[in-house]
Amino acid sequence: MERCAARGAPEEERRVRANAREYNEKFQYASNCIKTSKYNIVTFLPVNLFEQFQEVANTYFLFLLILQLIPQISSLSWFTTIVPLVLVLTITAVKDATDDYFRHKSDNQVNNRQSQVLIGGVLRQEQWMNVRVGDIIKLENNQFVAADLLLLCSSEPHGLCYVETAELDGETNMKVRQATPVTSELADISTLARFDGEVICEPPNNKLDKFGGTLYWKENKFPLSNQNMLLRGCVLRNTEWCFGLVVFAGPDTKLMQNSGRTKFKRTSIDRLMNTLVLWIFGFLVCMGVILAIGNAIWEHEVGVCFQIYLPWDEGVHSAVFSGFLSFWSYIIILNTVVPISLYVSVEVIRLGHSYFINWDKKMYCAKRRTPAEARTTTLNEELGQVEYIFSDKTGTLTQNIMVFSKCSVNGHSYGDVQDVLGHNVELGERPEPVDFSFNPLADPGFQFWDPSLLEAVQLGDPHVHEFFRLLSLCHTVMSEEKSEGELYYKAQSPDEGALVTAARNFGFVFRSRTPKTITVHELGRAITYQLLAILDFNNIRKRMSVIVRSPEGKIRLYCKGADTILLERLHPSNQDLTNVTTDHLNEYAGEGLRTLVLACKDLEESYYEDWAERLRRASGAPEAREDRLARLYDEVERDMTLLGATAIEDKLQQGVPETIAILTLANIKIWVLTGDKQAPGSPCAETAVNIGYSCKMLTDDMTEVFVVTGHTVLEVREELRKAREKMMDGSRSMGNGFSYQEKLSSSKLTSVLEAIAGEYALVINGHSLAHALEADMEVEFLETACACKAVICCRVTPLQKAQVVELVKKYKKAVTLAIGDGANDVSMIKTAHIGVGISGQEGIQAVLASDYSFSQFKFLQRLLLVHGRWSYLRMCKFLCYFFYKNFAFTMVHFWFGFFCGFSAQTVYDQYFITLYNIVYTSLPVLAMGVFDQDVPEQRSMEYPKLYEPGQLNLLFNKREFFICIAQGIYTSVLMFFIPYGVFADATRDDGAQLADYQSFAVTVATSLVIVVSVQIGLDTGFWTAINHFFIWGSLAAYFAILFAMHSDGLFQMFPNQFRFVGNAQNTLAQPTVWLTIALTTVVCIMPVVAFRFLKLDLKPELSDTVRYTQLVRKKQKPQHRCARRGGCGGGSRRSGYAFSHQEGFGELIMSGKNMRLSSLALSGFTARPGAAWIETLRRKKGGESSPDTAAKG
Amino acid sequence: MKNKKSSAPQEAETRPSRCPDNSAFKQQKLPAWKPQLTAASVLSTFFLTGAFCLSVGVSLIVAAKSVREIQVDYSDKCSHCSKLRENSSNWNSECLCSINITLAEDMLGDVFMYYGLQNFYQNHRRYALSRSDEQLLGRNVDVQNSYCAPFATYQNGTPMAPCGAIANSMFNDTIDLFYNFNSSVIQVPLLKTGNSWWTDKNVKFRNPESHNLSAAFAGTARPPYWHKAVYLLDEEDEKNNGYINDDFIIWMRVSAFATFRNLYRRISRKGQFTDGLPAGNYTFHISYNFPVSKFKGKKYVILSTMVWSGGSNPFLGIAYLVCGAAATLTDALKLFPECRNNAEELRSRIA
Repeated sequence: MERCAARGAPEEERRVRANAREYNEKFQYASNCIKTSKYNIVTFLPVNLFEQFQEVANTYFLFLLILQLIPQISSLSWFTTIVPLVLVLTITAVKDATDDYFRHKSDNQVNNRQSQVLIGGVLRQEQWMNVRVGDIIKLENNQFVAADLLLLCSSEPHGLCYVETAELDGETNMKVRQATPVTSELADISTLARFDGEVICEPPNNKLDKFGGTLYWKENKFPLSNQNMLLRGCVLRNTEWCFGLVVFAGPDTKLMQNSGRTKFKRTSIDRLMNTLVLWIFGFLVCMGVILAIGNAIWEHEVGVCFQIYLPWDEGVHSAVFSGFLSFWSYIIILNTVVPISLYVSVEVIRLGHSYFINWDKKMYCAKRRTPAEARTTTLNEELGQVEYIFSDKTGTLTQNIMVFSKCSVNGHSYGDVQDVLGHNVELGERPEPVDFSFNPLADPGFQFWDPSLLEAVQLGDPHVHEFFRLLSLCHTVMSEEKSEGELYYKAQSPDEGALVTAARNFGFVFRSRTPKTITVHELGRAITYQLLAILDFNNIRKRMSVIVRSPEGKIRLYCKGADTILLERLHPSNQDLTNVTTDHLNEYAGEGLRTLVLACKDLEESYYEDWAERLRRASGAPEAREDRLARLYDEVERDMTLLGATAIEDKLQQGVPETIAILTLANIKIWVLTGDKQAPGSPCAETAVNIGYSCKMLTDDMTEVFVVTGHTVLEVREELRKAREKMMDGSRSMGNGFSYQEKLSSSKLTSVLEAIAGEYALVINGHSLAHALEADMEVEFLETACACKAVICCRVTPLQKAQVVELVKKYKKAVTLAIGDGANDVSMIKTAHIGVGISGQEGIQAVLASDYSFSQFKFLQRLLLVHGRWSYLRMCKFLCYFFYKNFAFTMVHFWFGFFCGFSAQTVYDQYFITLYNIVYTSLPVLAMGVFDQDVPEQRSMEYPKLYEPGQLNLLFNKREFFICIAQGIYTSVLMFFIPYGVFADATRDDGAQLADYQSFAVTVATSLVIVVSVQIGLDTGFWTAINHFFIWGSLAAYFAILFAMHSDGLFQMFPNQFRFVGNAQNTLAQPTVWLTIALTTVVCIMPVVAFRFLKLDLKPELSDTVRYTQLVRKKQKPQHRCARRGGCGGGSRRSGYAFSHQEGFGELIMSGKNMRLSSLALSGFTARPGAAWIETLRRKKGGESSPDTAAKG
Repeated sequence: MKNKKSSAPQEAETRPSRCPDNSAFKQQKLPAWKPQLTAASVLSTFFLTGAFCLSVGVSLIVAAKSVREIQVDYSDKCSHCSKLRENSSNWNSECLCSINITLAEDMLGDVFMYYGLQNFYQNHRRYALSRSDEQLLGRNVDVQNSYCAPFATYQNGTPMAPCGAIANSMFNDTIDLFYNFNSSVIQVPLLKTGNSWWTDKNVKFRNPESHNLSAAFAGTARPPYWHKAVYLLDEEDEKNNGYINDDFIIWMRVSAFATFRNLYRRISRKGQFTDGLPAGNYTFHISYNFPVSKFKGKKYVILSTMVWSGGSNPFLGIAYLVCGAAATLTDALKLFPECRNNAEELRSRIA
């Protein structure tokens, strides 16, 4: 990969001349070779080591190692530090090497892709990495664009070509690119080879939607824009071939410029751990100082006299200097309080947890064949501490699948499914769907349950016919017929697709279109309508119309749009029908369906001619074109006849309401941030409220839902203030009435929900949010929002999403999780502590930016409540134990210091010190850290409150840390003083001295290993075979290694290294020694057991109780929310508004420029969510709430 | 980034299912033992532990009680010798000292004689390190590079054998015990071998190979504080001479604490001493060589009998008693009906 050369200074502008490699070479632009890998075989070791030693911990150990080389200081053999250090470095290096290997592989694969380059007048196959700036390359359909190209010409007319930019910006809709007119004629290779235009343009940057430059050719200047560019990462679609001039290559491409290094996320435990490690360093230094002072005093008082037997080292002339040396010696031997293996072990545990997430069958979506994926392996335990979830709506909560659900035609409502008794039937017990087999062109995927509508069609009801005719004509959908009768619709918005599909199934099949015609099969009869005009949708009009001429020659306008808009534009004679239809609309809205009103109007030939003429003039007008067009449209769309209304269901993802309910019970606050592209002034708040109800975020029990829609700062402030006042009044506590203290004080017996006086929700739209996020109001907003159970922000921009997340992060110090599926969620996914990407239909941008990905929102509950909870629990237990065991181990040296003249003598054999952390005690705690479970997984779902300790940070915090440390110190005291008491003046049963140094060392070491093993046994709540193996194995390994190290053979080989020869068998044969070990164990462990038992007995945690009872019986707040929401909204009609396509698409159809779209394969041109809709809103029927798992009374 | 997507469908084709395995391990459903702290288990554990500790404690104390031990501080009693040794220029002048003791009771069984040192920091890091185990294994090594300094070589380059601070500071008093029986004085027979660990004597310490010991140590010199060379430590017994001299071996096994006792001799159970030391008057004859007052230390001579748990240290027994009592007491407290009721009530409220 060295071929990817680095480049010098940043350029100010770029000059590229086509077909002139020599000329371009002098600028030394980056080649098209990309390199994401960090190392190669030669540089790996030095670079990786350099990187690793940038870690404070590693440098610290290196420093210790250097200290140990100084003989006066060295209190330990060099290998006691180097062995763990090397082990740690090796593990990390292996991981880095593996990662880099895969990067190499992917780089190679990308760099070796083939591309056709025009060199010397002929097309040659070249690898991507050999493409140079200034080359002209040929792309074929469905190929990836190799570099950022200036489109020169294409197979399509007008130099058009179509690209899919999913990898670039996550948007899956197709985009049109057009070559500049001058170059679009260079259609053959020979002319292209002679092309010598020069592009002068902006330097490489990361702005995906902007490009500025100029093409100089034949003494002419042609401006260039983004419209002329094909960016690397796009895929060419529906275009046989095109030629492009490479402008930016390799690392300069917009794609690569955008793939900046993602911010490294750290968990709160990480940060806490770092703080604690610093504290421990401080503690270590304190101990060192104490012992150093002790040493100075001792040398001054005792050591001086003892000099006859033990003269001071060379160069040591005073007690003070000796104390100074002893300080460093003690730093060396006490360094094990900050074990180097801590960081590695934490990583290993997290890696294990990540694998469990990847392996989880219950988070595998069979439909999309995607398992859950932990893309980051360092955040797992934070999943157990989430307090705020920020969720995208479309594609995350909803499937973005629109289903034609109901309609009202001529005052008759169709679509209700009724059983014999006339009651509406619940989902799941529906009868057979309507049989569309009469229609060979029907979409087999379409389902409808009300047969009466089909009957009406077949009976020839003219209203129903006209209704469906409208649906089949008034749209901008493209059709594609791969083979006879096999129709595919490509719709810009899924709503439109649903409507056209519905019409298709009821016998009004939209078959094909040309710029001037639309061909429809009406009940088997092909009719071609002349398309006169498309009055396209926009956000202000909230409606679209088509004007067609029927074969009979009648000119007719068909219009569909938002009810608020359309109902005002009806002819007064429609009043009666309007009333009935309005009732139906209300009913639909009440069910949370998205509605549209349909109307039509006959136009006089003369009037149309006049109007069309004016339209032509208006569209040619140089200025105020939009306004003039709008006025003309407005003029013609008047006095229409109401045809009916449609209702479309925005399908929720599977299990969304249940998931939200459970997460809410787990005291996680869910904020929905939807980015639906809606126009200002639309009642989006109601859209959002509706979604809130349908996903159970908002419930009937809510005291009030505040809606903030202010347009000015003052309005917003006022609305927020009012909301707060209401909450203050309603809640018996002041301010944020849901503080944890209150919850805790009110005993675990009551559910959180009961402790709160009122439940509130806040709905705010993007406009108001922009004001609310201003510096002087953000705190106010946050306080209000956080006091609410649910918050819905609608129509927010990607940046605002990130801002909201940032705001909560900043002020609430809570763990946030953002979940989304689209490119517009990337910013919040990156901002939040944890980003979750829904891997599914929309691009992969969100997934690429995320830390975790899976394909269904409902998996979130499992990720948090099961995996997150366990991860947190395990990590906390692991850390507690880890600090404990190291303090117990190390502090013994401190006590011993007072008995050995502060000479930095170790208590243990040096091998024991080397192996203690990496062999004797690491695996059992790792096994616990990876496998432990306090309660079975299904219990965490049943009792979401089990999640709470994580949010409150109860299991590992500074207090818990001090408890662990205290326990460790307590253990170390006993570990030293009990053997001390026993050994002083004691003798063996054969009369020899017992208290020799080596026997003492073995005794203390053995009791330490036993005590910490018993302790891990106590901590382990879930003894799998692996735990058994590791715990017993560690003990066995200890004794095996002990005897091996003390064996004759090793001593004979290295007498100076293995001085403890014969010690194990001599010492461990003494009953006194075993009695000492037993006593130490009992005294160390019994208080812990007693304390834990008392806690369990008197103040049990919820998890203890769950464990204890093992019954599925638990009191939760009764969740009988069957009470129907009656008459919500009273008589006031709520309205939604139109759905959309991007403006200008209609024009494109009419212009005929992209007509190839309709005939060519449109694969990949899938529906794009996030378009704007009309939505008419009401609360969803309460009865539909599915049984709450958590609420088994 | 790119190939991620492009390779994804491929992957799906080559591996039809990306569905994770349904193994117990991967699904975290391994069968497991889930121990729980229940009242029954905890209380019975405490009870058993308490009972165990109490019984061990009682038997330890009973055993320790049966040990007869007598300890004499002879650095105080032989103060004239202590004074003399304070001045190191008198190192060559002999100082003898006699100490009378009276045994009120018989010391039955094996009787061991120890010397005790107080305030002698054998566990000092630099001290404990100052030896060459390779040399003590009879190998020819360059002690210059060992930790022995400054007791490695003389200025003329002659290596010390054995080298190091430990060897140099070897305890070199000789203590003899005399039994004053009916105005006659009988020397108590003492065993000077068999006092050290078998591994020390046979593995850890070896004399250099040679036809005789003095030849083996040719080219080396005794440590500066020694009166005689290492091959003269026990001229009577070839197997107790040089590095494998028991006194030397025992000294080289450094103590864990600054106050310690080392086994010096065992009473040979023959003649009048078959059953141990009978009650009566005894005299220690001590050749006082080892200076202790310089470092404010003390020297003891100790006679003691032995039981299964070792000597007379009562600490372990008492500790066991206390621990057992505490465990039992906790148990009793928890069994206290009020507490139990409280807990039950709480639990029922929770459940």
